[in-house]
Amino acid sequence: MSARGRLWLFLVAAAAFAMVFVTACFSLPPFGSGHHPYGERAVRAALSHHTANVIASVNFDLRALDTLGEETILFAAVLGTVVLLRQTADEQRRRPAPAVVRPRVRWFALAMLPLAMLVGLYVIAHGQISPGGGFQGGVVTATALHLLYLAADYRALERVRPVPLYEIGDAAGEAAYVVTGLGALLAGSAFLANVLPLGTFATLSSGGTVILLNAAVGIEVTSGIVVLLARFLDQAVEIENADDGNDHGNDGKERV
Amino acid sequence: MTVLPYLIAGWIFLIGVYGLVTSRNLIHAVGCLAVAQSSTYVLLLGVGYRRGGTAPVFSDAPTDSRVVDPVVQALALTDIVVGATVTALLLALVVQLRKRHGTVDPDALSELKG
Repeated sequence: MSARGRLWLFLVAAAAFAMVFVTACFSLPPFGSGHHPYGERAVRAALSHHTANVIASVNFDLRALDTLGEETILFAAVLGTVVLLRQTADEQRRRPAPAVVRPRVRWFALAMLPLAMLVGLYVIAHGQISPGGGFQGGVVTATALHLLYLAADYRALERVRPVPLYEIGDAAGEAAYVVTGLGALLAGSAFLANVLPLGTFATLSSGGTVILLNAAVGIEVTSGIVVLLARFLDQAVEIENADDGNDHGNDGKERV
Repeated sequence: MTVLPYLIAGWIFLIGVYGLVTSRNLIHAVGCLAVAQSSTYVLLLGVGYRRGGTAPVFSDAPTDSRVVDPVVQALALTDIVVGATVTALLLALVVQLRKRHGTVDPDALSELKG
């Protein structure tokens, strides 16, 4: 189909969508209204399970099975990326050259690294009582590690980031989630039911299984993002075509 | 106007799809898909908003305080995670396409290769 025909098809479809969507919008409860039956029930359920962060309670208690599905999507996407971005037979691995980093960038990145790492771990650990949790904290923790790439170079990052270990961590996080669910079955309840002692409201040990599931997700997301970024960085920095010369695999930094 | 946030969500969706339809670069197309998907975040949070409501986290708010709908916020979180992973997977596909076919223009990818 020509670009022009495609645009016309889009305009017709967009007009039809806009008409239906606007009609639907006027039938929705008005923006900011107080009528939230599911929200109110979720808040009551979270409070009865001593979980101060209602969103964590929805994700890891009320809808824990859905989060297992979500986590599995993440796992499958990481697996797919690992398969797609592997080194093929006609490619070779080039050792990345050391790079020069401006001192100011180096010191800033080195100062931020432990700070960002700590914030990430804090966000994971406090998922049940403050905004955040395994998904958000996992991304912060994984990103913090990559500040080393900014501070030094790819070789320094590779030394502190053994990818096979993180691949195991990814699988272990996924497995820990399922095992926690099965543990609830052994305790005589439903799969992924909240069977642990609920603790004192708004303390670090409150929420029962929310803590465990949150930690499992934190491990999986941290490991998954590290593996994901490692695959993309390998493609950009290390892997090149055998007949391709040296213009590929430039890591964007000045050479020594 | 009480429907404005919903209409904005629809507008973001259409802008994203327009970008997808007219895209001449697959990386740009993946970005457009992310834009189209982000309309669902706006719609979900718009549906869940309650006038005068605070965040549904009760660690330092009284348990009877007025909060916004936590269910749609949890859905938005799920949405973001799935969106990010799908974006990563699509970008990996684009990397492979660029290597095998030497182009990221979707219109130049019409021929089949054995």
